[in-house]
Amino acid sequence: MFRFIIRRLGVLLLSAFCLSLIIFAVTNLEPNLRNLAVTQTNMRAGDEALDSWLEKNGYREPMLLRYGQWLGVVQKQPVFDPATGQPANRFGFCTDVQEPKFSGVLQGDWGCSTRFKRDVLVRIVPAVKATGILMFWVMITMVPLALVLGVLSGMREGSRLDRVLSFISIAGTATPEYVSGVVFTVIFASWLGILNGSAATATNIGPTLYNFTLPVVTVVFFGMGYIARMTRASMVEVMQQQYIRTARLKGVSFPRIVLRHALRNALVTPFTVVMLQFPWLLNGVVIVEIMFRYQGFGYVLVEGAANNDIEMLMACGTISVILVLVTQFISDIGYVYLNPRIRVS
Amino acid sequence: MEVQLVISIIAGILAKLWLPLLVFAAIVAVSVRFRDRLGIFGRLWSHGFGTLGLSIILIWSLIAIFAEQVAPFDPLQQFVLMKNQPPGAVEAQSGEMFLLGADRLARDVFSRIVHGSQFVLSIAPVASALALLTGLLLGLPAGYFGGKVDTVLSFAANLILAFPVILVFYLLVSPGVSSSGLPQMLGALVLICPIAFTLLLIFSRYTHQRLKPILLTAITLAVGGWLFAAVIFDADPLGVLFVPDAVLNILVAVVLIACPGIFRVTRSLTLDVLSRDFIAAAKTRGETSWYIMLFEILPNIRGPLVVDFCLRIGFTTILLGTLGFFGLGLAPDSPDWGTSIKDGSAILRLFAWPALFPALALMSLVLGLNLLADAIRELFHED
Repeated sequence: MFRFIIRRLGVLLLSAFCLSLIIFAVTNLEPNLRNLAVTQTNMRAGDEALDSWLEKNGYREPMLLRYGQWLGVVQKQPVFDPATGQPANRFGFCTDVQEPKFSGVLQGDWGCSTRFKRDVLVRIVPAVKATGILMFWVMITMVPLALVLGVLSGMREGSRLDRVLSFISIAGTATPEYVSGVVFTVIFASWLGILNGSAATATNIGPTLYNFTLPVVTVVFFGMGYIARMTRASMVEVMQQQYIRTARLKGVSFPRIVLRHALRNALVTPFTVVMLQFPWLLNGVVIVEIMFRYQGFGYVLVEGAANNDIEMLMACGTISVILVLVTQFISDIGYVYLNPRIRVS
Repeated sequence: MEVQLVISIIAGILAKLWLPLLVFAAIVAVSVRFRDRLGIFGRLWSHGFGTLGLSIILIWSLIAIFAEQVAPFDPLQQFVLMKNQPPGAVEAQSGEMFLLGADRLARDVFSRIVHGSQFVLSIAPVASALALLTGLLLGLPAGYFGGKVDTVLSFAANLILAFPVILVFYLLVSPGVSSSGLPQMLGALVLICPIAFTLLLIFSRYTHQRLKPILLTAITLAVGGWLFAAVIFDADPLGVLFVPDAVLNILVAVVLIACPGIFRVTRSLTLDVLSRDFIAAAKTRGETSWYIMLFEILPNIRGPLVVDFCLRIGFTTILLGTLGFFGLGLAPDSPDWGTSIKDGSAILRLFAWPALFPALALMSLVLGLNLLADAIRELFHED
């Protein structure tokens, strides 16, 4: 077990390294750098001005060197003001290193966001917190709902209840967030008028039933379908096992069979599926945040990407890849832990 | 009055759809008549979800094919007086009804949806097919050989899966990247896969013949070269096929996101059948590895792959909608559903129809695909 964990951790670190390197390489493609320079110089500068801006701020150094600086394994060099010859800050809104030193992610310096004009860490921590709240509410509604749906439709395969519930969960998998968001807003906000069609206020006054229900329900509806389908399949399989038949022949009541005998074995697969849903959830959350104007991780990611905010994107990428890999890891461990028939080889 | 209006709108839509519906009825009549001889396709017509799913997909495909005949207006034309008019408003000049209303640029929502279906139904299946071939080409050897091949390929697949999709889209589908040649490079990689796949099919099948493999290879390379010229270099010698850079860019991004999933499915299915007797028999006969993969394993895992392919087209449709929703890679006035949903959701609280109807269109198409996948899964299970 211990070796297994060590190996997974190694893979995790290697993946995070590769991913951040890819993001770094793409955001530093020439057209993207130019895009950054245009937004940062705030004027219709000519090619020469853009070039000199990139040169002056160190974007023309070799890419691997700068990646090393971001990571914190190569020393960051201060930028000198040509007028005074003194070390200066590249941007007015962040402090840069004043003497050569190791100052990268490994040292806790996530760099400077050019889009939000402040330190990456200052901007991204509240954003991640906001998204965490959203995800928490999504999880807490989605998982029980999906499990109930799946168990109810899987306990009697082919029954009318199964058909109806299956249709609902298939409809869920067919409704991406940008569709269900529109439909739910039209129904609950415009037509019935009982919910707020925007979650903008949730950023300041915190989530309430009025402003937070729509975004949560929107994500839940899409994510729920898949988990419910998986739970159903797993439930159907368990219900065909010999020991269930034995229990029925013994005269155990049907609810008791479902709750006591089938449920525990049927929930192993859904557990791993729920964990693997996290990347998709993150994706849905991004769409929902844009749609309902909620300032979380997704908002920061999209704004950063639209303005080629290199260091912000690196942070976003790193955070999401770590989230994804950690949930995968938990899913693997949980699968082994919940299913005693399988042991790590 | 309300009810009357709704009835006249529905009647109007059905009247516009007469051609697709007629062809649809013909297809249904023929396939139900001969369903005993059509194998699994015929059996789908006696399955509730299957019938529903197939009907939805067929109708959408026919709408896309006959879009010119169905749409009453040009999807890009603006009728200034009609701005934000509700469904059922009549355009004065032509006397035609705006069946599903007008958007904020005073374009006919119904015509835009009809034309938007062309975009989705042409790109989504192609992208899914390319992703399927890529996934097969990598997944079969990963499962069959295991070891280092598997480790490297699985690592790469997990790496792509760990990327947030939105970030991939922003990084890969932007005008800047489009001009950097990166999509062309990835496109070439993606396009090599079907060619390599066909060549492997030929060589593993006809190991003991001379003329046939050479002939087939020549044909494959000619077709492949033509596709390469047309798709990657925009220089089709025949002048038939033209793929704009923007579309290539979208295609590449979607394939890249879809193929790790197919890779994983193929790999685990391959592992499942690997210990069966017929594999051992084939090995004993001295068949080559690729022959075993392509002609022994592949036919035996086709069921789950067909199901996955159906779901994958739906998933690709959702991805295309996501691209439109973020305004990436498409012209701002493109009639595709994602772009319409984005435009419409800005004014959703005032005027619901410009966003609502494209959203329902997208949902119905994906629903059809998912229902079909479910039905196929059940039918394969019965076997």
